[in-house]
Amino acid sequence: MEDLVNQLKVQIIKALKLEDVKPEDINPTAPLFGDGLGLDSIDALELIVLLEKEYGLRVENAASAKKIFLSIQSMADYIAEHKKA
Amino acid sequence: MSSKGFIKSYSIIRNNQAILNGEEFLKGAPEDDFATFIRSLYKRLEITHSPFYKMDDMCKLGLMATELILKDAAIKEKYTETEIGVVLSNSSSSLHTDTSYYETVRDKNNYFPSPAVFVYTLPNIVIGEICIRNKIKGENTFFIFEEYNPEFITDYVNNLFSSGKLKSCIAGWVEFCEGKYEVFLYLAESDQGDNTIKHTTEQIKKIYNF
Repeated sequence: MEDLVNQLKVQIIKALKLEDVKPEDINPTAPLFGDGLGLDSIDALELIVLLEKEYGLRVENAASAKKIFLSIQSMADYIAEHKKA
Repeated sequence: MSSKGFIKSYSIIRNNQAILNGEEFLKGAPEDDFATFIRSLYKRLEITHSPFYKMDDMCKLGLMATELILKDAAIKEKYTETEIGVVLSNSSSSLHTDTSYYETVRDKNNYFPSPAVFVYTLPNIVIGEICIRNKIKGENTFFIFEEYNPEFITDYVNNLFSSGKLKSCIAGWVEFCEGKYEVFLYLAESDQGDNTIKHTTEQIKKIYNF
């Protein structure tokens, strides 16, 4: 799980061009939106694309998206759970 | 046409060099690519504006050129948000980013449209980025010409001044396509104040070395 979290950090930094952020700066349980990394609505769309492109997982509706994209940890949990299935 | 405005400051960015009011502000190494050079300029300007990193190249270019001309202009102390406008132009519109976006949708077997790239597939997004950063809410327009047209832009901006719609305007040329770039922006004001350069086509050609 730790490897997946670290991999996600690197992928998110690259996909969202967070050039002034290092993987070790990101708290995996901190909120991705709002006070955490301060991501916006376009970033949210990029995260959906990232999930599909890198892990083959589609986000089916807005309600599940809210839970999945709470934090990097919640994203990793979702990936781990659904990649096994 | 008689002058109805004056030029407060101007910037030119091309060939890994940034010029402010005729003086070299930053010169990059000849081997630097655009990304390296524009990041150096961002750091040299000591700006903290994290959206910069997410912008497409034309927006980065336009924003940095604007930072240069507004650096010592204190426009917020002189004008309200709606008294400041932006009138820009270029020749290739947003073609560079349009092509980048096309690459994300070209292959049906690898079809992942990028929302972050898509939002920059209009030339006037650079105006939006400038306005957001500087809280500008006045008249704004983006024109496409085959080449820089100082006669048109000068007349257009002077008309905005004479009609009373604007008291200050960021104007000029922002071109980025296939790695080639050139920007010439200036801050024009309706009142002379301590400005010495008239906002005329002749003066524009002279300072831009057009």
